[in-house]
Amino acid sequence: MFKSFLTLLKRDLMLALRRKSDVFTVLFFFVIVISIFPLGVGFEADTLRKIAPGVVWVAALLASTLALERIFANDFADGTLEQMLMTPQPLSVLVFAKVIAHWLLTGLPLVLIAPLAGLQYHLSLPTIGTLMLVLLIGTPVLSMIGAIGAALTLGLRGGGVLISLLVLPLYIPVLVYGAGAISASMQGDVPLQAYYLLLSAFLLLALVFAPWATAAALRISVE
Amino acid sequence: MAINWFKYSAPSSFYPLAGKMVPVFMTLAIVLTLGGLYWGFFQTPEVLSDQKQYYKIIYVHVSSAWMAMWLYVVMVAWAVLGLIFNTRVSYMMASATAVTGGIMTAISLWTGAFWGQTSWGTWWDWDPRMTTQLILLFLYIGYLALQSSIEDTRRSDRASAVLAMVGLAIVPVIYYSINCPNPNECASLHQESSLERVESNILIGMLVTTLGFWMYCFTVILMRVRNIILRRESHTSWVARLEEMQ
Repeated sequence: MFKSFLTLLKRDLMLALRRKSDVFTVLFFFVIVISIFPLGVGFEADTLRKIAPGVVWVAALLASTLALERIFANDFADGTLEQMLMTPQPLSVLVFAKVIAHWLLTGLPLVLIAPLAGLQYHLSLPTIGTLMLVLLIGTPVLSMIGAIGAALTLGLRGGGVLISLLVLPLYIPVLVYGAGAISASMQGDVPLQAYYLLLSAFLLLALVFAPWATAAALRISVE
Repeated sequence: MAINWFKYSAPSSFYPLAGKMVPVFMTLAIVLTLGGLYWGFFQTPEVLSDQKQYYKIIYVHVSSAWMAMWLYVVMVAWAVLGLIFNTRVSYMMASATAVTGGIMTAISLWTGAFWGQTSWGTWWDWDPRMTTQLILLFLYIGYLALQSSIEDTRRSDRASAVLAMVGLAIVPVIYYSINCPNPNECASLHQESSLERVESNILIGMLVTTLGFWMYCFTVILMRVRNIILRRESHTSWVARLEEMQ
């Protein structure tokens, strides 16, 4: 079981690395969204600092939904997904591997590029640290929940927009506490532990339940 | 005596049953709604603490808000029944409920905006309850959007059922996160319902109107599900034999 998990993880990573443009489009989408906000709202450092948490998180949310369609679409198109459904391995484990691979390719780059956003928005160093940490805990949750939406909308016309419609409301808790932690860290003496604990709780819940729900959704979509 | 629990899970037997129930619920809906509104408008004080007559929109507002939340649970319950027993009528009920639920949510937001404008001087405020209601509307819209974009009925029924269940699982978390954006201060949170402090006449008006709204929901959901049955079963011989099809 663990071996099939690793095999699938490696396969997905290798496939993506052979076609790097997919990874970079999501990353640059994130960077561009973050960079055009100041052009709209003005360059005042105080304003930018105030909107930074929300902007960074909404950009991450949008980037994540943009990339979701690809989790299963290619495998569905060439028939690999059907083979996966027929293997004796538990489908939720395979789904888990695919989602982890997806996060490594689309979520982790956002975490790593986030300090750049922090500099653009005049955030202090500790705040940038918080920003990276909450993105690190929060973006896997986005991938996990998003995978359910991707599985439900598999192969539909206009699937991309539909996924955003289904999934964005479900992202709200992550957005609230992710952005809340960053805002709180700017005030200095506010304890951040509660935010981290809540986000970690979401992550654990998503890790347990989302692959299972995604597997059920896939079976419905590909029968 | 053996009861056949699944007798009415067949569209052909549920269709006439729903047809018989519609007039009953419609009568109840009209009587209760009019009675509740009458009581609410004419048997209650003109002024409620600092609010003048405009507070009387409460009867429509609260009733529709309650229905909006309740119908989401009802919708998920039908969807789950459908997934468990694989009964087509359950899915049809779920999708019929979703439309009415969405409309109720929209009504509560709309009347709330008017009330907010007269009472607080603003159409919208990011108050936790209002925000939750708005997100509920988004969930209804997502459900309907997913259902209408899948052409295969069986897949669309089951896919939207899964979505509804996932939504229900996350709703408490969303509600909590909106109520308490700063987890360090959650102890001081006060969003409790103020139902006990409401004057009894107002409460009667509100509850009776809510019952009336509930009956109205029954009526339109059954009417809608009858239409859905006709549309989906149009190829069968029992539909062809129906009087209204002649």
